[in-house]
Amino acid sequence: MDLTLSPNEQAFRDELRGWLAGNHPGEEPAGDEAGFQFRVEWQKRLHEAGYAGLSWPEQYGGKGATLIEQAIFGEEMARAKAPSTANVIGLVMGGPVVIAHGSDEQKQRYLEPILSAEEIWCQGFSEPDAGSDLASLKMRAVKSDGGWSVTGQKVWTTFAHVAKWCMLVARTDQEAPKHKGLTYFLLDMEQDAVQVRPLHQITGEAEFNELFLEQAYIPDENVIGGVGDGWAVAITTLMHERAGLGAAAAASVRIALGQLLDLANERGVGDDPIVRQRIAALLIEVEALRLNAWRGLTQIMKTGVPGPEGSVVKLQWSAVNQGLTELAMEIRGEEAAIKESDWTYRFLRARANSIEGGTTEILKNIIAERVLGLPKLR
Amino acid sequence: MNFDFTDDQQAIKRTARDLLTQRFKPETVRELAEAGHYDDAHFSELVDLGWAGIFVDEEHGGQGLGTVELAILMEELGYSLAPVPFLSNVAAGLMVQHAGNDEQRSRWLPGIASGEARGTVGVVREGVAALVPDADSAELVVLLDNSAGTVHAASECEIEPVETIDATRRFARVSATGAGDPLENTLPAWDRICAAISAELVGVAQRMLEMTVAYARERKQFDRPIGAYQAVSHRCADMLREVESARSTTLWAAWAAEAEPETLPLAASMAKALASDAGWNVASSALQVHGGIGFTWEHDLHFLLKRAKVDGALFGSAREHRERVASLSGLGAGAPTAA
Repeated sequence: MDLTLSPNEQAFRDELRGWLAGNHPGEEPAGDEAGFQFRVEWQKRLHEAGYAGLSWPEQYGGKGATLIEQAIFGEEMARAKAPSTANVIGLVMGGPVVIAHGSDEQKQRYLEPILSAEEIWCQGFSEPDAGSDLASLKMRAVKSDGGWSVTGQKVWTTFAHVAKWCMLVARTDQEAPKHKGLTYFLLDMEQDAVQVRPLHQITGEAEFNELFLEQAYIPDENVIGGVGDGWAVAITTLMHERAGLGAAAAASVRIALGQLLDLANERGVGDDPIVRQRIAALLIEVEALRLNAWRGLTQIMKTGVPGPEGSVVKLQWSAVNQGLTELAMEIRGEEAAIKESDWTYRFLRARANSIEGGTTEILKNIIAERVLGLPKLR
Repeated sequence: MNFDFTDDQQAIKRTARDLLTQRFKPETVRELAEAGHYDDAHFSELVDLGWAGIFVDEEHGGQGLGTVELAILMEELGYSLAPVPFLSNVAAGLMVQHAGNDEQRSRWLPGIASGEARGTVGVVREGVAALVPDADSAELVVLLDNSAGTVHAASECEIEPVETIDATRRFARVSATGAGDPLENTLPAWDRICAAISAELVGVAQRMLEMTVAYARERKQFDRPIGAYQAVSHRCADMLREVESARSTTLWAAWAAEAEPETLPLAASMAKALASDAGWNVASSALQVHGGIGFTWEHDLHFLLKRAKVDGALFGSAREHRERVASLSGLGAGAPTAA
């Protein structure tokens, strides 16, 4: 057992830190459009240094980084408070899916513009009636001349308003059992049959969109995997490339917790025994989260497959982030009601943590069935 | 970065699991617990394997291995709920090794490693150490009073056996009659003791988790296994999260003891806080899932549940360790600067 970085890992981190010191773009400007452009520029800069497709194999323009290096990257970005990339869905999910399931032509066509942020990607999975039960989705694709005609609605589609491509899962066989009749498409968003409507959330912003398709056209060459293989391809999208996320999430929560600790000291409640117990409990939980994430990474590197254990880290993270923002609200008392405050925003935003990316209930089902081997309810 | 055991450490774990589950079958543990004593042959066998002195320097008759190896043994001893005076002796050994001077080390460590002169550690509160494991059969007692440590020959202490809910371990109330032989800074030893008992708690909790999952798969109500109901399966998922978190944190503390001593105080208190809570939360969920049968004396669960509860209070409760985490992290007016 060795929880220190190996010389190679250390060198990777030092090089990254050095690069970040000279290339960090600073604070993101206010406003959606300006913010987006800022992230595009940031991603281009990362790409030039080879960091954009960190986990991608070198032959596809990536860096071929190990899982540990990906985790280090996530931690360092969180620590440096570096902005997110413009094309995060393309980098984290789109590219890896094309690499795993795409044809040579598709790899040739799609990968480079993902890395350079010239083409932004979004993900069309969830529907109003298909959330946790994703495989029950209804969006319908009907065979037409040289392609497919697609009709239906998607929801929670981040970046839909700026995206060129949408990873779309639609039903191509109405008769087949629900997991078997699905196909994975790449939908060109630039057509009249596609309408995007912003979805305002409880924070007041619109991070997400609704997507309405009315006989949208997708040519045959935009099927990823095979017709009817959509579920398997979608699962790889969700399973892969989450490796560095646990460590990165732990790092950013740890930063937030440091701010909470300062807040408690500033407000003079740092000696309140109840506040002390609660902050200590959060500090311990964050450390456990970080350690569980690293221990999981070691397992994946030994076995070669991402396991369902990552579900533990995800639900732990959401609970900690919600807990710490709730405590910050409590400490701030009446002031917590004021709208223009970062803590208040974070408190509201954290409400989604136990829903987005797999609800806590679904994650517990996964742990119960796939880690503990308990029988399925269904 | 490699958060997993080396081949040698894996081998220690396998050997310990095989031997201990053979020696301490549930009926053996029950028999000893109900009689309220140990079988000396059990402890002798562990001594012959070199376990009692696994962390003790070779020059004093030990194996000279680290806290990670010790934690591996402790987890397995917890898993099998072995009724042996092992933890107490380990605690005394860690105190003498890490807080003792040369003379104290050469005087006490060989007997601790050979099991011929066992020791124990007690925490003094208001003048008396109320819950000292295995003091009635120890040769030396280390008493900690506000972290100031003193070594006492057991013959110079008043030792009065107390009956606790945990019948798999003997306890006594101890008060010193003399001043004792003072130790140096006891914190590095204390932190290792916390890692060791946390590892035991992880083993106890792991065993209860496995029993509960097996029962939830098998027990049927309303024509299906109760583990198919989310009210039950989600409880089991939470048990797994707690056990794994306690295990990760405990291994971190054990690793830090030798590899990153500056991290040890925080890691040790985090581990003991988490393991104490996990031990109890897992125990109470285990009983709830077992239902009525889990409340019977006839079922083995209560021996584990009681060990978990008593271990939670021993060597600092979750509350006390969280308080230390708060101070070490820079919370409050009197706290040192954040680490």
